[in-house]
Amino acid sequence: MESVTKSKGFTYFIESLWYNNATFSMVLGICSALAVTTNMRNALVMGLSVTGVLIISSTVLSAIRSMIPERVRLITFMLIISTFVIMADFLLKVYLPTISKALGPYVGLIITNCILMGRAEAFAIKHAVWHSLLDSAGSGLGYLGSIMVIATIRELLGSGSLFGLRILGSWWQGWGLLMMPAGAFFILGFYIMTANIIQKRFMNRCK
Amino acid sequence: MQTLVVIFFSSALTNNIALTYFLGMCPFIAISKNAKAASGMGMAVTYVMFITAVANHAIYYLVLVPLGLEFLAFLVFIIVIAGIVQTLEMLVERFFPGLYNSFGIFLPLITVNCAILGLSLFMILKDYTLLQVVFYSVGSGLGWWLAIVTMASLRKYLILSEPLESLGDAGITVILAGFMALSFFGFSGILSV
Repeated sequence: MESVTKSKGFTYFIESLWYNNATFSMVLGICSALAVTTNMRNALVMGLSVTGVLIISSTVLSAIRSMIPERVRLITFMLIISTFVIMADFLLKVYLPTISKALGPYVGLIITNCILMGRAEAFAIKHAVWHSLLDSAGSGLGYLGSIMVIATIRELLGSGSLFGLRILGSWWQGWGLLMMPAGAFFILGFYIMTANIIQKRFMNRCK
Repeated sequence: MQTLVVIFFSSALTNNIALTYFLGMCPFIAISKNAKAASGMGMAVTYVMFITAVANHAIYYLVLVPLGLEFLAFLVFIIVIAGIVQTLEMLVERFFPGLYNSFGIFLPLITVNCAILGLSLFMILKDYTLLQVVFYSVGSGLGWWLAIVTMASLRKYLILSEPLESLGDAGITVILAGFMALSFFGFSGILSV
């Protein structure tokens, strides 16, 4: 275990999962984090799609990184990413048609999600396949975790349910504001704040 | 005719692309620190949105639909956007140096602005005609410009106040955006769509 936690790959994983968390540390890819979090089911599907596309595209990119000419690298990233996004879109359309409809254009917008381009440019293009895989898994899971937290708060307080199941009794009126776009911004703001506080405490204790 | 006006105003105000659909959030937060840069970015977005939406509309309905290749839409749209942005950047730099200084420098950032691709995808979902797309894209672009310029003007006053340290720059901006979204929600009274 000792050797695992000390290994470089593990450090990359934790770095991108927590210290450089896409949502609260870098504030990247929040378009979809705000848009799909009205209920947990959509958020889970979206988070998994982003994580999947991110892991596969980073791994592929890292595997062919020596073949990509420097000058056309951005467009290459984009083509690779959009290929996998199209696949993800197909899978969702076939297996989860209702959720695919609810997510609307946001699945296609994974292409321009800054997390994907960010990890490609900052990490995958320079590092070995195994490390890129761990790094992108960390980023993806960090994003998934963040949007699940936001979606839980919004769905529970906004409509009194979790995953579509009524949790709070009929006495809960539903906090309409949280279902509106404005509510998404407020919750994200408080989420960033809370995460920053926790991160600071945690880091101080480590020292 | 009336519907065109409704499309224009609803895309600019009530269904503001930044504050209702959360598109283009990364630059919205990163570039709204000063009003001049924000305005330049907003102008560039409006311009590119208009051109790419019209181009993508034409390509989608004239090429992809007849060939049954709708599933390639994502790939084609993003290539078209990247190509147009690059061409536009070169043209503006070469022929309009003044304009280049005011918004050309933001053009390279625009390819990955999700508002641009998002607009093309929404346009397909909503089945707009070419004329409607013209109004829709210009309306959305101006709406985005309005949102980011307002945000930049609000953020200027943050220097005078002291928001919680743990909120950070991004956190307070997001909260501010929340209040802006609330006030834009008020516009829904003026249109009955």
